[in-house]
Amino acid sequence: MLPYLLRRLGQALVLLLIVSMLGFAILHLAPGGPLSQFALSSQMSPEDIARISHQLGLDRPLPVQYADWLWRMLQGDWGTSYRDGSAVLAVIGSHLRATFELMATATLVACLLGCWIGILGAIRRYSLFDTLATVGAMVALSIPTFWFGLVAIYVFSVTLGWLPAGNRHTVGDDSVLDLLHHLIAPALVLALVEMAIWARFMRSSMLDVIGQDYIRTARAKGLPEWSILSRHALRNALLPMITVAGLQFPTLLGGALVAETVFTWPGMGRLFLDSIAYRDYPVVMGILMLSAAMVMLGSLIADLLYAVVDPRIRME
Amino acid sequence: MSASAASVPAGPAPAASANTAWRRFRRHRLAMAGTVTIAILALGSVFGPWLLPFDDTYIDILQRFAPPLSGVHVLGTDELGRDILARLMMGGRISLAIGFLAMAMAMAIGIAVGVVAGFYGGFLGAALMRFVDAVLCFPTIFLLLALAALTEPGILATTLLIAATSWMNVARIVEAQIRTLRERDFAAAARAVGASDLYIMFRSLLPNAMAPIVVAATLNVAKAILLESYISFLGYGIQPPASSWGNMLNNAQIYLTSAPWLALLPGIAITLAVTSFNFIGDGLRDALDPRLDIN
Repeated sequence: MLPYLLRRLGQALVLLLIVSMLGFAILHLAPGGPLSQFALSSQMSPEDIARISHQLGLDRPLPVQYADWLWRMLQGDWGTSYRDGSAVLAVIGSHLRATFELMATATLVACLLGCWIGILGAIRRYSLFDTLATVGAMVALSIPTFWFGLVAIYVFSVTLGWLPAGNRHTVGDDSVLDLLHHLIAPALVLALVEMAIWARFMRSSMLDVIGQDYIRTARAKGLPEWSILSRHALRNALLPMITVAGLQFPTLLGGALVAETVFTWPGMGRLFLDSIAYRDYPVVMGILMLSAAMVMLGSLIADLLYAVVDPRIRME
Repeated sequence: MSASAASVPAGPAPAASANTAWRRFRRHRLAMAGTVTIAILALGSVFGPWLLPFDDTYIDILQRFAPPLSGVHVLGTDELGRDILARLMMGGRISLAIGFLAMAMAMAIGIAVGVVAGFYGGFLGAALMRFVDAVLCFPTIFLLLALAALTEPGILATTLLIAATSWMNVARIVEAQIRTLRERDFAAAARAVGASDLYIMFRSLLPNAMAPIVVAATLNVAKAILLESYISFLGYGIQPPASSWGNMLNNAQIYLTSAPWLALLPGIAITLAVTSFNFIGDGLRDALDPRLDIN
């Protein structure tokens, strides 16, 4: 187990290094650097911009800038935001909580509902419910998240007036209830795509297990159908879902960015968009690295968990 | 010894002949519905603007916010009084064209990387596939936005960027296929008669991996249309006055209370197109290779 873990961690670190080079190259090779927004300002002369560029170290060769950034990052100094000079880690940290609230709620809803739909669809294969669920899942996968958000705002906020149209809190109200009230719509919007994915995988996993020999044996023993499904089939069908959960991170993060934009939710996705618009490279780079690390960690944890839950899997 | 086409073994017969595949595809009702929907959307976008008396960029401030089915503008007008049906049709041209072009480019990159990595393996293959892994670590939207925000927006740039962020899954599929096909007897036979590497890769191996590639291509069109709508909605894709289904939604949120049709109509067009391509992909999967059935 330990050698496997160490090798996986080593691979993840190498991958992160490639990711960081890729991100750095994309940002810094693009035309118009972080100072291009100042070029149009009447308050700044070309000399000012040249001086700022020197002060920020942007006039050094790219490999030197990268090495400097990497060395500082490894020591916990992720740089300072070009926008207001605060530390990148602090800026990202202050937005992480809101994103996690959103992602955790959406995952919980999607996992429970999606698994339930998938299991029921598999048990009653080709029934009306199964057909509707299969078609519905495909449509859900095809709806643009931001558009679904707009429709949700129109229906639940504009027409019915049940839910707020955006933001995380009513001004002056910090209660948990108020937070939950604001959380419902963006979380449901984010959950829709996830739910469709969970339902599809759950259905095929369950069908896979139901076709196995030991289920036939259990039936031949005369066990009640309920016991066969819940004790024999479901337990095994749920195992691959761990992998699904681990692989959902990229989709979930991307969806969160969109949901946060539509619902003005103050999370990491919106911070990313704002930082890009402002060409705040240190923050953009920080968020890219953090999300890539989360994606890798997600799949690593899923693999390890799978091995713990399923003793048939051997670590090689 | 030079290999002529006749002397090189062609490999095993495809999993399903074109006739069988077409029969199976026709039986997939949702895939057929998707095909018809795409045909209608495409024909409407290509020929519709010629039949319509309104220009998609003609601003008529006296006619702004006309609701659908209320007058001469069948689907109403937007915040500048432009005809929405005309904009949907012109937007459809751009959105569908980007979907197909981005798919074609993504397939070209993905197939090239996948074939080379799968055929040669070793250090080169490992390096290429680790690069694929690294790009896949970024959530697609994050990567796409970072690239789109830093480049000059436009149709070509949007297409290129979508292709640049969606070729990786194709590379993975092709690499896995080529890696197993490489070990088969017909590949060894081709090598034995002296066929060149290029010939074996693209004429012997690749045709036998066509089924999953065709499916991936269809699903990639759906994904490209979706991605175009995301970045145009966020303001980094197609720029007004040109319309795309995504950028028509760009301003719609502000007018959600007074003119909800501005938000509803383009979204329905996107959902219809993307759902249709996804169903066609499903149908093709069933038709081309029953072994790939995920159900």
